[in-house]
Amino acid sequence: MTLQSMLLGCLIMFGVTYATKGVTLLLARRNITNKYVRSFLYYLPYSVLAVMVFPGMLFSTASLWSGIAGTAVALLLSFFRRGLLTVSLASIAAVFLTDMIFLLL
Amino acid sequence: MKFKNGARDGLPIALGYLSVAFAYAVQAAGMGFPPWFPVLVSFTNFTGTGQFAGTELIAQGANFAVLAATMLVINLRYALMSLSLSQKMGDGFPLWQRAVLAFGVTDENYAVAMRQPKKLTFLYLLGLMSCSFAGWVGGTALGAGVSAAIGRLVGGEWYAALMGALGIALYAMFVAIILPPAREDARVLLLVALSVGASCLFAFVPALADLPEGIDIIVCSVACTALLSFLFPRGEGEDGLPAPDKTAGGTPGEGEGGAQ
Repeated sequence: MTLQSMLLGCLIMFGVTYATKGVTLLLARRNITNKYVRSFLYYLPYSVLAVMVFPGMLFSTASLWSGIAGTAVALLLSFFRRGLLTVSLASIAAVFLTDMIFLLL
Repeated sequence: MKFKNGARDGLPIALGYLSVAFAYAVQAAGMGFPPWFPVLVSFTNFTGTGQFAGTELIAQGANFAVLAATMLVINLRYALMSLSLSQKMGDGFPLWQRAVLAFGVTDENYAVAMRQPKKLTFLYLLGLMSCSFAGWVGGTALGAGVSAAIGRLVGGEWYAALMGALGIALYAMFVAIILPPAREDARVLLLVALSVGASCLFAFVPALADLPEGIDIIVCSVACTALLSFLFPRGEGEDGLPAPDKTAGGTPGEGEGGAQ
């Protein structure tokens, strides 16, 4: 990536993000009542996150094995409703230990 | 309802943001960005998921139209939050104040502002948003600094292993955001399963994997969410947003729809 792509990319991100936050606060006066639209906006973040996490998470580390280890730990701890910090620290540890073993072997 | 009250309510949010922003900065460093870049993005955007996706797309050299469209889809929910916040705020806010406050709309700030039983003031909201914003930018700067330091101290494959390990943090947090509600609500679980399935199709089917970067997020999330909203629309009061009628200050469930 070049300096230009970074600056321009950041500008686009800012523009779109501010627009979505600002448009209704600055302009609109009526609330959305359509239940399908409201449901869509409620569900959307979960779907976006799911798409971003899988399968990318598996390939996000130095090796596939550590990706699998980190993902498994995150899934397990989240399933038992551990907090964000606990889940991420445990996942980091799982990945690091797995990669250490491979580096040292 | 002074600045001080707002800042106090923003403090727990700021603490929560620290770790997420830290993880974001580490991720950006792992993609090869210089330390100032994630800080600049956090300073200008103030949105979790959108920043992560956008930064990844820039790293992959994605088309700017795709970048804009992805940001739009991911941040669409803010339009609705701002709308209901606007109604709780009432008419006492001049345009410039609305323009300033719009920047600080996030899932968490919104949830806290809507739960506030007293009348919202400009200074209260400013305090709330400044405090959480400080946590967001501070956490990013910290993450960027630590990543740079690690880069100086260790090299080669150890650096890759360490950054890879730290880089999984953000994914792990996302898992921790979606899994508990999916456990509670079969509709969310079905949506997550559908989305993962669609995402895997785009990742592993050669013809689909060749599509421009970022298309997968837009297509998979919009298609799966549209299908689910059509099949299982949520009843009033369970969509995490205040009731459509104007009875002041509905109470959004805390953390619901919270995908910061």
